[in-house]
Amino acid sequence: MIDFFITPFTDYVFLRRALMACMALALGCGPVGVLLVLRRMSLMGDALAHAILPGAALGFLFGGLSLPAMGLGGFLVGFLVALLAGVISRFTILNEDASFAGFYLISLALGVLIVSTQGSQVDLMHILFGTILAVDKVSLLMVATITTSTLFVLALIYRPLLIECFDPGYLRVIGGRGSLYHFLFLILVALNLVAAFQALGTLMALGMMMLPAVSSRLWARHVWSLFLLSSGFAVISGYFGLLLSYHLEWPSGPSIILIAGLIYGISLVFAPFGAFKQQQGIA
Amino acid sequence: MKNPREPFWIRYKDNHPTIQCLSQGPIAIDLKNLFVKYPNNPLISGLSCHFEAPALWAIAGPNGAGKSTLLKALLELQKYNSGKIAFHGFCPCDVAYLAQQNQLDRRFPLTVGDTIAMGLFREVGIFRKYTKEQREKMQMALEQVGLSSFAKTSLQALSGGQFQRVLFARLILQEAPVIFLDEPFTGVDGQTIQDLMVLLHTWVKEGRLVIAVLHDLDLVEDHFPNALLLARHFYKCGPTLDVLTKENLRDAMAASRQWEAEAGTL
Repeated sequence: MIDFFITPFTDYVFLRRALMACMALALGCGPVGVLLVLRRMSLMGDALAHAILPGAALGFLFGGLSLPAMGLGGFLVGFLVALLAGVISRFTILNEDASFAGFYLISLALGVLIVSTQGSQVDLMHILFGTILAVDKVSLLMVATITTSTLFVLALIYRPLLIECFDPGYLRVIGGRGSLYHFLFLILVALNLVAAFQALGTLMALGMMMLPAVSSRLWARHVWSLFLLSSGFAVISGYFGLLLSYHLEWPSGPSIILIAGLIYGISLVFAPFGAFKQQQGIA
Repeated sequence: MKNPREPFWIRYKDNHPTIQCLSQGPIAIDLKNLFVKYPNNPLISGLSCHFEAPALWAIAGPNGAGKSTLLKALLELQKYNSGKIAFHGFCPCDVAYLAQQNQLDRRFPLTVGDTIAMGLFREVGIFRKYTKEQREKMQMALEQVGLSSFAKTSLQALSGGQFQRVLFARLILQEAPVIFLDEPFTGVDGQTIQDLMVLLHTWVKEGRLVIAVLHDLDLVEDHFPNALLLARHFYKCGPTLDVLTKENLRDAMAASRQWEAEAGTL
């Protein structure tokens, strides 16, 4: 038992670091993902996640495979794209989802182009699918910092942010600065995606946010319990994903996301607001 | 009555020079020759009307007549092109506004208590805890709308009528001197309409100015002493009996049909 569940992490430093990175990631991504779902911004998250790629690629050009360099590049470009897409949907006939879809395809293509012309195929794989087993001290520190500041900022703006999610028009009428909170929240999303990017790669970074969040939505009916559950699900996915990838020699990123997907599937069937219990849940 | 925090409404005044905010005198709104245009398409032309508290006003008229737009223009959520809006005795930030219900996600994971607490947001701000008095106020607001035991119920368990009662409780907590309601009774059961109408009359007795956009003319005739009949360039405002006459209603329909015909040829 212990050999199976605990020894891998005591024996190997790289696995221990990966586990710690996952835990930190889970704590930040849980609440942010829940808010993303509540604001019906899942697609926006998708676009942001992909937009991180060209930025990370630029970081890779200048700093090699170092998380801080790629993270900074990814954050800046991702945030820029989110803003641009918002502006474009405001000033043209395109809906936000359409302009986001356009942007994220361009970003993806651009990112793949930069990495594959300047680096090797292996580098490309690392950036697309993540290298959680290569987490070093610096990256671990970065992920932990991002999580800490995320939770801190969320605690600071919790009340107005929730009003803004539920009823943006109302916040505007009572004189709250809705766009400020929206903006801060976008920054948090971009930061957490950057943190998740090393572990899961640009293609799956959003998985750590979305899957636990939608699963928790099927179980809980308060925002705080959604936060807790979502973080909990993310922690479980991280731990079992790593365990699975160690014992079966599967790639770690997909293993983590698949465990999260498994939790989602179970929730769909058994949760009080799941697919088969809708009526009961509401009564 | 609430004291708006200074910086907030000073900012408001600076940004919107056509809105006058006089904090003295009786509570009233003056509309003078107001024009609101969407691109190429006049929605409200030359509207002048005077609302003075305490009073209960209905804004009625055919669909697409610019009723909701007028409320939004008053709240500066919608730009207007010319004319003047003057607020006397209160500021735009003192208005409590109930938007159309269908814009909200009724499955949002909040309890009734959480939702009505938003009405106190200006008072408590971002960090402060709710005091004992504020909690009692919330309970009283819930009692007024007939939901006294619902504080811990989640929104998704409510019927349409109950949800609307919750939004009214949130309005009560704002303690605003002026209240705007946009189609407050759409998709709401008869009993709830009765109860909420009682609430509207109470507000007026307390000296407030209540303006509601409604499409149900029977309701306007039965409950609202004053009405503004609005159909694009046509409008009549005054006591309901003088406004909702057969001729006026016919003219309003004609104006709205003429508009539709014109829109068809564009």
